[in-house]
Amino acid sequence: MKIASRDDLKQARDLAAGTMERQTKRVLVCAGTGCLAGGSQQIYERLAKLAEGKDDISVESGPEIAHIGVKRSGCHGFCEMGPLVRIEPMNYLYIKVKEEDCDEIFEETILNNRPVERLLYELDGVRYREQEKIPFYAKQTRQVLENCGHIDAENLAEYLAAGGYRALEKALFEMTPQEVVDVITKSELRGRGGGGFSTGYKWKQVAGQKETVRYVVCNGDEGDPGAFMDRSVMEGDPHKMLEGMMIAGYAVGAKEGYIYVRAEYPLAVKRLRTAIDQAEEAGLLGENIMGSGFGFRVHINRGAGAFVCGEGSALTASIEGERGMPRTKPPRTVEQGLFGKPTVLNNVETYANVPLIIEHGADWYHRLGTEHSPGTKAFALTGSVKNTGLIEVPMGTTLGEIVFGVGGGIKDDAPFKAVQIGGPSGGCLVTSNLDVKLDFDSLKELGAMIGSGGLVVMDESTCMVEVARFFMNFTQNESCGKCVPCREGTRRMLEILEDIVAGRGTVEQLDLLQELGEAISDTALCGLGKSAALPVLSTLKNFRQEYLDHVVDKRCRTGNCQALRRFVIDPQKCRGCSKCARNCPAGAITGKIKEPFSVDAAKCIKCGACVEQCAFGAVYVEN
Amino acid sequence: MLEQSYYDKTDEIIAGHGMKKESLIPVIQDIQAQFHYLPPELLGYVAGKLGIGEAKAYSVATFYENFSFEPKGKYIIRVCDGTACHVRRSTAILERLRQELGLDADRHTTEDMLFTLETVSCLGACGLAPALTVNEKVYPAMTPESVSELIKNLAQDRPAAERTENT
Repeated sequence: MKIASRDDLKQARDLAAGTMERQTKRVLVCAGTGCLAGGSQQIYERLAKLAEGKDDISVESGPEIAHIGVKRSGCHGFCEMGPLVRIEPMNYLYIKVKEEDCDEIFEETILNNRPVERLLYELDGVRYREQEKIPFYAKQTRQVLENCGHIDAENLAEYLAAGGYRALEKALFEMTPQEVVDVITKSELRGRGGGGFSTGYKWKQVAGQKETVRYVVCNGDEGDPGAFMDRSVMEGDPHKMLEGMMIAGYAVGAKEGYIYVRAEYPLAVKRLRTAIDQAEEAGLLGENIMGSGFGFRVHINRGAGAFVCGEGSALTASIEGERGMPRTKPPRTVEQGLFGKPTVLNNVETYANVPLIIEHGADWYHRLGTEHSPGTKAFALTGSVKNTGLIEVPMGTTLGEIVFGVGGGIKDDAPFKAVQIGGPSGGCLVTSNLDVKLDFDSLKELGAMIGSGGLVVMDESTCMVEVARFFMNFTQNESCGKCVPCREGTRRMLEILEDIVAGRGTVEQLDLLQELGEAISDTALCGLGKSAALPVLSTLKNFRQEYLDHVVDKRCRTGNCQALRRFVIDPQKCRGCSKCARNCPAGAITGKIKEPFSVDAAKCIKCGACVEQCAFGAVYVEN
Repeated sequence: MLEQSYYDKTDEIIAGHGMKKESLIPVIQDIQAQFHYLPPELLGYVAGKLGIGEAKAYSVATFYENFSFEPKGKYIIRVCDGTACHVRRSTAILERLRQELGLDADRHTTEDMLFTLETVSCLGACGLAPALTVNEKVYPAMTPESVSELIKNLAQDRPAAERTENT
């Protein structure tokens, strides 16, 4: 059906809501990247097939009669427990579902309303039936992600039924572009991509340019290792982000929008393409949308594997078909961005906030979060934490509440060591920072940044020097090579870090690292270069002793640094079977049969083959 | 010299994106998806069609990591070395794969053209760390043992790992 007017939209929404109401049960199979990898497509197919075989309740019976809705939704967030299946209206959440479980789910829950107890989440002896009561969810506030996991990600009607495109409708028919900009400015929405720049200010700048051809660009090049918030929004609720872009287009007078998506996110590209096609077919994208006179088109550009394209001017260069290299500013993107025209550039999560603000108002938006960082923030919580997944909490939630509340604490109850926030541009937060409120300003004070929102939790088994080397290796690989501080400086820093983890480091090198890091931060051309040294500077500050262990004592307390490992055979456990000696490629292990063997540290190449081979657990790494 | 069919397919791809300068990246992405690598002859051909200098097209194609002038194996294994995977020991998986496939940091494709082994900075599947992909399919929570099993299955061409087209 073509939506040609406001009335048509209302009709389409009523129709969609009616269909949803007639679904006696809604079965939402998570079809995010994570659960798909766990086999959720087969689960979906099996459940849909089971529902199809029954009279009266068939999925294929059409929207006009009561039926069971079996849907593929976006990411539910609880990736650790996937594949996930949610069943409404009871709101049961089944975890780690397998294809073999489908018949029982169908028979028990869908037909007879009984929970399948063994598939429910259990923690500390308590079994949780309802998804909303599980601590992982109960401690979150899902505002931007409200639809992720609750609607069919590839169905416009479901988005409409959930209140979708109401904000666009309000903007187009009840507000002037200036009023839209004013509301966004008043909401103090800040860019979720990391910088935390005022979105309203950006929009105002673009709207005020003399040049009348303008563009709206969405940065979906979520390149930070350990971050997948934007991927989940694009996969789980693509229309919300499109709606945000359209509202931006209306506010600044742009007729075209571009979405730049990482090459590594093929599913996000597919879902976005589907959403754009649906919106075009319905008349929500194109010329004269709903008869308002406003027209807007959206294009998708796929990245080609360059991290630096997450930087604004590099991203627009890439869309133009150039090498994705940042340029000097000014002129800024708001003045001369894509194709040299004024451009609004925001990231996925920022655009997904826009419809909420337009619909409910700036004051409503301020009810959550801190004074100058209102709203919520989605984080990707990963690493050594019990509940990994996609979470959303109000800005200003403390690190401790996230790691130990939502995250459920450290895996295997190991001691907490640090959280790496903001990926290769961020820093690490330590035990003394657990009470820090996570918002743009308080993190800046700590020399870290919220970045795009990756939180990688680390326990005592992680070597921070190795982590610093890891990030520097990443940045060095991804440095575009345009400016000297980043191109040469990161290489020198990486060499030093490689020396340190290989046991060749010196105390003087630590000072050199610090000096180089500060010089790069001061002089690099773009944001990526400026922040490239942060992981090193931050670990140097917080874990200096660990660096000293490596350079002075030539010792890595975690055993992560292979070159510093010392392999030892426990004479109590060794049975003298000689298996280790036979498998040692360096001939470093000697001994007499049936007597304890020993490792010659001078010959040992630290490959660890002996540890793997020993049937008695007698070979260990001395820390 | 490439067969004519390569050029015909390229013409088709160019027509889908339009003869403009900014089509370069999408066009060569589609060529690579089609042939599993970017034949250098086609890059020059595309440059001519789009009215860009060959050197310019080459500078763009070499800037982005995804483009490869070398033919790749039938199965492209990409081991995630993002932070979350790294913390959960993805290096051990990479090492095992290199060992079993006889590859190293400089040699990425097996001689029988069956496997190409690469690393990727983050697949965004951090909840499933350590993860890898074979062509486009994501394999979660890998261990050195499970990757050995995986390549054994792939080498025997089990259907579980069929190529899904990058569209």
